[in-house]
Amino acid sequence: MRHLMSPLDFTVEELDKLLDLANDIEKNPQKYAHACEGKKIATLFYEPSTRTRLSFEAAMLNLGGSVLGFSSADSSSAAKGESVSDTIRIVSCYADICAMRHPKEGAPLVASLKSSIPVINAGDGGHQHPTQTLTDLLTIRSLKGRLGNLTIGLCGDLKFGRTVHSLIHALVRYPNVRFVLISPEELRIPDYIRDDVLVRNNQSFREVIRLEDALPELDLLYMTRVQKERFFNEEDYVRMKDFYILDKAKMELARPDMLVLHPLPRVNEISVEVDDDPRAVYFKQVQYGVYVRMALILTLLEVEVC
Amino acid sequence: MLNVGQLNEGVVLDHIEAGKSMQIYQYLKLDKMDCCVAIIKNAHSNKMGKKDIIKVECPIDQLDLNVLGYIDHRITVNIIQDAKIVSKKVLSLPKQLVNIISCKNPRCITSLEPGLDQVFFLADPEKEIYRCRYCEEKFRSMRRKTHA
Repeated sequence: MRHLMSPLDFTVEELDKLLDLANDIEKNPQKYAHACEGKKIATLFYEPSTRTRLSFEAAMLNLGGSVLGFSSADSSSAAKGESVSDTIRIVSCYADICAMRHPKEGAPLVASLKSSIPVINAGDGGHQHPTQTLTDLLTIRSLKGRLGNLTIGLCGDLKFGRTVHSLIHALVRYPNVRFVLISPEELRIPDYIRDDVLVRNNQSFREVIRLEDALPELDLLYMTRVQKERFFNEEDYVRMKDFYILDKAKMELARPDMLVLHPLPRVNEISVEVDDDPRAVYFKQVQYGVYVRMALILTLLEVEVC
Repeated sequence: MLNVGQLNEGVVLDHIEAGKSMQIYQYLKLDKMDCCVAIIKNAHSNKMGKKDIIKVECPIDQLDLNVLGYIDHRITVNIIQDAKIVSKKVLSLPKQLVNIISCKNPRCITSLEPGLDQVFFLADPEKEIYRCRYCEEKFRSMRRKTHA
């Protein structure tokens, strides 16, 4: 039995297979419509989430399976003091697979150690969010046709943004990927990513402050939100929150085939006027998120569809 | 120099950095063992200037000496049997530490979940960096932390 805790749990070959399956689901959804009939996913969300929970639930429903679970710690037995280890043992009796989001880092790993069903980490604090990374990889590969030979701009909160950290971890495994790290001084990429991942892998990267300086060379721009909940000081947040705003004028500096991705929710960092630009693919990205979660559920449940 | 009697069976931990012997006493859980322990602080050392020494009289298998690799792998461990040094244990950084150190990350599940082992794995032997198994919070080995 296999779990998914980190995007690096899959080798590059396994990842290719998973993304191939997701692409086949995209092309032939009917073929998979009954693949998980009689199976259930438990979505154990100890903190609120709209997209990720609904994406998992939509994925299982698209596969013909059913869904049970809770969407906040208050409505679960955690409010009575039940441990994650006990909860997963009980849920293992009710469901065939589980997706867990928890504010404490490592909680899904603890669950996986006691579980008799596959556990998917659906986000644990500021630590990992592997299915967002799988979503990003599927979006890039589907729309660019490759995961190597790309110049990728990562823009915004590079300090606290776990999606950015996970994406860098995943992409350094592909050849000839160049990173342009675009952030204000205060939100620069942390040392443990710069030194332990980029430098150690001899990865080509440069750090810039102005988005305009990077835009012309990018194949792909990954925008992120400055997250209010990560700041201790309201004043710092207010100063940082509108540091980058991608608008129509800036998009004119970009290549005609540059893609704009965003893990969402967006606040002000992408102006709504950009939404109709064919290069803005962040809503397509959401759809890819469902396909890749369908592929993941099938893979972890070892369901083969002929 | 202070004289402490010979051991019949046990270990002599030599070349401990001066002042660290009490920490080692705690890590080896010697306070919980019913055996004869001698701690010599600030002994003269040609190599180190000053050093600490710990002598423990007990069956050798009662001590988990792997933890010493985390504290300082340069400590000399002499194994004594029949009042003679029968071997010297070479210390290295343990690949895993279980319930030796605790994760300080307040967002880590270990701060909430009861009965969970505190597990750290050796992430970078060169830089002597350990990471929490659950949240991957970074910890330097004790020697590196002291000299950082």
